[in-house]
Amino acid sequence: MDDAVITVRGLQKRYAAVQAVAGIDLEVRRGEIFAFLGPNGAGKTTTVEILEGFRTRTEGEVSVLGVDPAHAGSEWRNRVGCVLQESSAEPGLTVRECLQLYAGYYEKPRDIDDTIGLVGLEAKAETLGDELSGGQRRRLDVALALIGDPELIFLDEPTTGFDPSARRQAWSVIDGLRALGKTVFLTTHYMDEAENLSDRIAVIANGTIVAEGTPKTLGGRAAMAVRISFTLPDGVRLDELPLSAHALNGRVSVESDKPLADVKALADWALARGLDLPDIDVRRPSLEDVYLQLTGGDS
Amino acid sequence: MILHQFRYDLLAFLRNRQSRFFTIILPVLFLVIFVSVFGNHDIGPNNVKASTYYVPGLSAMGVIAGSFVNLVISVTAQRESGVLKRRRATPVPAWVLIAGRALTAIVIALSVMTVLLLIGRFGYGVKLPTHTLPGVVVTAVIGAVSFCCLAYALTTVIKNEDAAQPMVQAIMLPLYFISGVFIPNVNLPTWLRDVAQVFPVQHLADGLHHAFDPATHGAGFVWTDIGVLVLWAAVGLAVALWRFTWTPAAATA
Repeated sequence: MDDAVITVRGLQKRYAAVQAVAGIDLEVRRGEIFAFLGPNGAGKTTTVEILEGFRTRTEGEVSVLGVDPAHAGSEWRNRVGCVLQESSAEPGLTVRECLQLYAGYYEKPRDIDDTIGLVGLEAKAETLGDELSGGQRRRLDVALALIGDPELIFLDEPTTGFDPSARRQAWSVIDGLRALGKTVFLTTHYMDEAENLSDRIAVIANGTIVAEGTPKTLGGRAAMAVRISFTLPDGVRLDELPLSAHALNGRVSVESDKPLADVKALADWALARGLDLPDIDVRRPSLEDVYLQLTGGDS
Repeated sequence: MILHQFRYDLLAFLRNRQSRFFTIILPVLFLVIFVSVFGNHDIGPNNVKASTYYVPGLSAMGVIAGSFVNLVISVTAQRESGVLKRRRATPVPAWVLIAGRALTAIVIALSVMTVLLLIGRFGYGVKLPTHTLPGVVVTAVIGAVSFCCLAYALTTVIKNEDAAQPMVQAIMLPLYFISGVFIPNVNLPTWLRDVAQVFPVQHLADGLHHAFDPATHGAGFVWTDIGVLVLWAAVGLAVALWRFTWTPAAATA
């Protein structure tokens, strides 16, 4: 059996004069956490809503669990869970009651207590959904998407607007989905989220995929030059350095494709003059740097 | 499955203080006020006692509060907060969600009416109809179904939940006044009565008034009133089927 859970070929979506998605290809394999990254308005939510069956497409082929989501019925919905970008709790129901209500929608629901435990809401099981904090509500959303025991889960910007500790908690819940063998399609505009959680990343900007890869290789990151930077010691001119360098904001930067040798050359040069470079920093470009470069900087 | 949805919809309704007030307390309050103001004089076209007049009239209000007002507000709020959309992301069929919620509205409507009847009986000595009971129940149920359809139709033109409450009250208050719910419509000019004849509130109230009138013989059905209610139900259903959306209006703009 083909282990592609999601296959997208030449997907396009036009709204009147706006081309929201301009022909993209995607493939998500069984059991992986796939991050779909992009700035606001890049076509991210449009794409995920087409995959969830909430929007129709203008052109292209889409297959999710072997079915075209535009014509999917309840049999397909039994196998897919969605955490939508914006959704409040069910008004007037406790966490447990929400899950009981949703469990009744599915053929083979998961155990309710077990699912509450999975998202860490044991202490809040009898609390009304409206009284939960933002982070707790989001975990309830994940529990509701999980209650039908789906094979594939869509998470649309699951941690937008969270404080750092709520984000860490949400991440550990999402990471737990991997242990359950679920396939996860995650959209986000946070680099660190994609880097921490995902097996593969695709970046969308202006409706097209501008890069695809693992967190380590995305956008040629693995092959990119390392940057060595430090503050120029007093009384030293730029052209005295043993390497070609440029100055920026009072700091000197050297782009290096053989960092160890270049650091040694710098060290030998500095020690010979009795100098030190106390704030030296040797760094590969972060995923954030790569992302800003790919998406044109306006995230 | 409908009963499953019904159970939780009813639970959610009972936990909401605002909907409890507007749906249950308000019609009771009006009953007490109107009967106190008009005493137990004979009023209305058939010269019945004020309490005998107001129990069925305000029962119509109770039915409308339970089915129409409550449904418009809660469905609009659920649509705008993404609750309906999330439910649609599950395998549950759309008709189960709609039927479950409508059933809740109908049960609430009939419960409010029962409360008003009991207050009328034990508080004001209104004789409850016995031989016209089928007429009371059938008229109320058809009225409730009809107002559920109209409620779903109205949600399609309301853009957000803040507009829902003022919108339904703006529609219903004038209709209560001209349809014989708050004041007997013999006191109204003819043209206003003609206007009222077009709308369903008049026909629900009239059907119930008729069934409560001690002079009425037979089972208490007024077929023209029931016919108009069914017609409005059909119009409401058609609009709802044509225009109803599960996703927030704000997001699709």
